[in-house]
Amino acid sequence: MKSINYTITDELGIHARPAGLLVKLAGGFQSKITIEKDGKEADAKRIMAIMGLSATKGTAITVKIEGSDESEAAKAVEDFLKANL
Amino acid sequence: MVKCTGKGVLKGIAIGKIYVYRKKEFALVRTQVDDIEAELKRFDLAVDEAKNQLETLYQEALETVGEKEAKIFEVHGMMLEDEGYLEDIKNMIRENCNAEYAVKEVGSNYSQMFAAMDNEYMRARSVDILDISDKVINILAGVGDDSIKSDEPVILLADDLTPSETISMDKDKVLAFVTIHGSANSHTAILARSLNLPSLVNTDVALLEEYQGKTAVVDGFNEEFIINPPDDVLQELTEKRDKWIEETESLKKLIGEDNVTTDGRRINVYCNIGGVDDVERVLESDGGGIGLFRSEFLYLGRDTCPSEEEQFESYKAVLEKMNGKKVIIRTLDIGADKKADYLGLEPEENPAMGYRAIRICLDQPDIFRTQLRAIYRASAYGTASIMFPMIISVDEIRKIKVIVEEVKQELRDAEIPMGEVELGIMIETPAAAVISDELAKEVEFFSIGTNDLTQYTLAIDRQNQRLENICDTHHPAILRLIQMTIENGHKENTWVGICGELASDTRLTKTFVDMGIDELSVSPTYVLELRKKIREI
Repeated sequence: MKSINYTITDELGIHARPAGLLVKLAGGFQSKITIEKDGKEADAKRIMAIMGLSATKGTAITVKIEGSDESEAAKAVEDFLKANL
Repeated sequence: MVKCTGKGVLKGIAIGKIYVYRKKEFALVRTQVDDIEAELKRFDLAVDEAKNQLETLYQEALETVGEKEAKIFEVHGMMLEDEGYLEDIKNMIRENCNAEYAVKEVGSNYSQMFAAMDNEYMRARSVDILDISDKVINILAGVGDDSIKSDEPVILLADDLTPSETISMDKDKVLAFVTIHGSANSHTAILARSLNLPSLVNTDVALLEEYQGKTAVVDGFNEEFIINPPDDVLQELTEKRDKWIEETESLKKLIGEDNVTTDGRRINVYCNIGGVDDVERVLESDGGGIGLFRSEFLYLGRDTCPSEEEQFESYKAVLEKMNGKKVIIRTLDIGADKKADYLGLEPEENPAMGYRAIRICLDQPDIFRTQLRAIYRASAYGTASIMFPMIISVDEIRKIKVIVEEVKQELRDAEIPMGEVELGIMIETPAAAVISDELAKEVEFFSIGTNDLTQYTLAIDRQNQRLENICDTHHPAILRLIQMTIENGHKENTWVGICGELASDTRLTKTFVDMGIDELSVSPTYVLELRKKIREI
């Protein structure tokens, strides 16, 4: 399993647009990708779950990635977070 | 007269009759369904149809308001693929519930979850969930879209509007939106702005049937909604509106026109941007190019430098969208006042005069090289230029050119295509202005950064509010430095532009034109105003 820690810097947090992009990205991998915030977990392949985390600017999140393509997925997710959030 | 206040989304005025818009409500009751499989199938088909409708709305929005605002319909489409949401609905259907009621229940549960959030932006999303749920319910129940029944354009008064309601309204029939709910972030607000409709959201008005057909004024300047105004008020506001329309129209007519003075001098009016998201506004306002692409936004708020690939994609996207028009990319302009820990910036007494911009790039050439490689690779996709910030000496330019040549050679060796790239510098230190005769021999253009030039010349920190009253941005010292820079540039065939705040100060446009300025780069909002000003000179 791979794990990424990240703090949201985007002014609006994980809002609808990046959430949508993240779902698209996560959907491309076989691995199970979970986002955790304050003990609450969300499946990164589900847009409403991600938005439901209400991850605003300054929020620390942990992304857990588990599956056969976890290395590639972790790299892609990390790049995505840095570029978009 | 009833006077209400709201939150204005656009400075403008609309006058017309009120149309009270209510969502079509139909009794939605839970009924017992026996054939569960058939009901599930009916639900699946309705979801497919809803997705088709969203695709159509996306295309429509793409044409009317652009890609950025259209994106929401794509997100709605994804919401309709959310397994949790779909499963919750299907589970209710499996308990013999009719599909309409199941969608309504689940939709309202999800919506309440978002409405309860402590973040205003997320709260606005609860409307999105109701929007997609209503769409599915309407399809299931065979209800068509609501349309405005009026022969003349109206002020639409509603509780709140969903994005699909807003975009599918007949635009010729709407003068303004007034909603009781909604925020400046709501899609109604965003769309109203794109459509240039002076609307109000979050208005303290009641949705009364008696308002139907009453004359009203939406005043976006004072953020007021006035129902049944007396004649004198109406007349005053009508004049104000006509003036506003006239001004907007006269500016709009200038789209596609040249920035040319009465005696035939052409001035390039370009735009300042921070990233690819701003390009749409540049194109909308008919900017002739990008005079300043602040690349530092790519570097902020992260733990490591953006990779070459990441930067390449950003520059390429901007160049492609600008479709051959000039794009001037300013290399990294960061100092200790900005947050980018990975650059090893230590707190400084005086960051404005510290380790920043080109000083970092020449001290940490790897960072500089990565950025240059990305820009040169992207240059194959449009007309890219590069400018270097905070220059004080000829020596710096020579050092830059050595690195630039090495980077170009690497790319040539790797047979990576590149375009012709103009090199220029910012004139933002008094030193650069004073030796601009020598600097002009080294570069193809100058771009005067008046914000820094002002603070360095007057020795006034522009963040210091106590000095605001003595900070004369039209100080003769600054104007003389600008004039000198233009003259010295022209002697060496180096073109000269201004990309600081002074560029949009129309009180100085004539002065700059008389001095011989070649280009002015401003925020997209000012392009047409500036064009108007230039055409009057």
